[in-house]
Amino acid sequence: MLGEGILKGLAETARNFVGSYVSKERLTTVEYPEQRIAPIEATRDFPFLVYDGKDWDAGLRCVACQICEKECPPKCIFIEKSKDKKPDAVGKQQFYPARFDIDISVCMSCQICVEVCPFDAIKMNTEFELSTTDRFGGLLLDRQQLAKSNEYYHEIHPTEASGVDARLAAERAAAEAKAKAAAEAAAAKAAAAAASSAAKPAGGEA
Amino acid sequence: MVEKLDQIFVLLSHWLVGFLPAGLQQAAGIVIGVVVIVCLYPALFALAVLMERKGLGRMQNRYGPNRVGPYGILQPIADGIKSLTKEDIVPLSADSAVHFLAPIVVVVASFMGFAVLPMGRNMVLVDMDAGLLFYFAMGASTELAVFMAGWSSRNKYSLLGAMRAVAQMISYEVPLLLSSVAVVMITGSLSLTKIVSAQNAYTGIFPHWYIFTPWGFAGFLMYAISTTAETNRSPFDLPEGESEIVAGYHTEYSGFKFALFFLGEYVAMFSISGLGTTLFLGGWSAPFSFLTWIPSWIWFFSKLMLSICVFIWLRGTLPRLRQDQLMNFAWKFVLPLSLINLLVAALWRFLGEGWQRWVFCSAILLIAYVFMGLQEARSDHFGPRSYRYAE
Repeated sequence: MLGEGILKGLAETARNFVGSYVSKERLTTVEYPEQRIAPIEATRDFPFLVYDGKDWDAGLRCVACQICEKECPPKCIFIEKSKDKKPDAVGKQQFYPARFDIDISVCMSCQICVEVCPFDAIKMNTEFELSTTDRFGGLLLDRQQLAKSNEYYHEIHPTEASGVDARLAAERAAAEAKAKAAAEAAAAKAAAAAASSAAKPAGGEA
Repeated sequence: MVEKLDQIFVLLSHWLVGFLPAGLQQAAGIVIGVVVIVCLYPALFALAVLMERKGLGRMQNRYGPNRVGPYGILQPIADGIKSLTKEDIVPLSADSAVHFLAPIVVVVASFMGFAVLPMGRNMVLVDMDAGLLFYFAMGASTELAVFMAGWSSRNKYSLLGAMRAVAQMISYEVPLLLSSVAVVMITGSLSLTKIVSAQNAYTGIFPHWYIFTPWGFAGFLMYAISTTAETNRSPFDLPEGESEIVAGYHTEYSGFKFALFFLGEYVAMFSISGLGTTLFLGGWSAPFSFLTWIPSWIWFFSKLMLSICVFIWLRGTLPRLRQDQLMNFAWKFVLPLSLINLLVAALWRFLGEGWQRWVFCSAILLIAYVFMGLQEARSDHFGPRSYRYAE
């Protein structure tokens, strides 16, 4: 009959109205500033620079190779390469970024910089409360603002960070092994050379 | 004591007026009444907006506003401050005089209806003999204001909204009037105070409200449908249709002018609910004879707010109609049924007291309703629309 559907609809809304006072499960609203949902692990918004150790300036993984700057589609990264070299976290002499700025008002969160970085130096952050009263300077993040410790990276993306650490450790181990092998080979060579030079006079004698 | 409490506002007004010289007393009494009405209904408007936002929220399993003050009760004040401090933009190509006048005309025309509404025993500003006629004349002038707003904005959405509004309001004005005419036929008077006092009688404990008669019930349903359309409320909110035409006739209004439109819409809702209360729900009379000790104005305003709650409930439930559905519904269903209702009201009057008139009148209305409902359901304009040239 005409009007039946309207009555059914009215009953439904009445049920919702009363139910929202009775059962808490119906109210799915998360009241944001007080209540928060933990972000999922794959959350990303803007890039940050990873550093190892305690001192952000000394520990930056970035070696100012400028690949990310070149690859960035909206060109929001600005890097100034250093003239000198200084030791990185493992003590190797490297260039470093004298300036590293990211304009997050331009950044489109595409993560291409992260994908192209051969040093695992740039990663995506999850920090989203970035509003500021200065829309030019406030949104242009410099080196220091971008630097975040490896521990922080572990905190926001645990799985990914462990993978990166394992890979870096493996690479380092391989490099060390290679260096060791090279050193051994050199030592062996030196030893052999020494032996042969020692043997020569003997042979001459023979 | 009970008598005093019932008449408290009348006595208060008399007492205030008593301080003035005799020549000014009548005018001063009217001014006091006007001031009270002009202050009271915006306050109710604030309350209704809060109720609407909270109620709709709860119907959709949300909290609704809960930030300003405890449980968000100060939200209307925040809204008011917001609309007062917003920039008032008048489009360059708008007809600025008409654009300025339209919101004022909406509010004034909406308020005029209260002049003849009895809000309690002896609480009517002007006890006009042709009160109902005056009310409808004033109610119809809001259409003018809506069209003024839509036309002067010089905006296609505004104009479309205004066109829709005028078409809809004029179409639904007819069943609105016809459903009220049934009441006039039975009461034999256009005076709203007479209509209320005719309903202020009891059989046993039950009141003689017109809604408890077959023709009154049908008339009330028709009236409720027409008022929802008249006040542009969901599901008949096509003139505003946010999803199609931005905001309809008030697209080009901002700041306090927009707030005035908003106020006008709610005041119209209050006044038309008040009229519905007066015509069908016994006005200020108590629902049971043993409750007559509660002051009459409490009954009037509780019935008014209850109607507002029903408006909100409907808005939370029903989706918006299509323009052709709206028109078909008005002219092919509501109008014939209110005409039949007129006939039934006449029958009721002339069949005399007794059980026969109950049976006859109910049967006629029920048959008409079921038959027309089936007819409506069968006809193709309720299904999905077919396009002749598109697709």
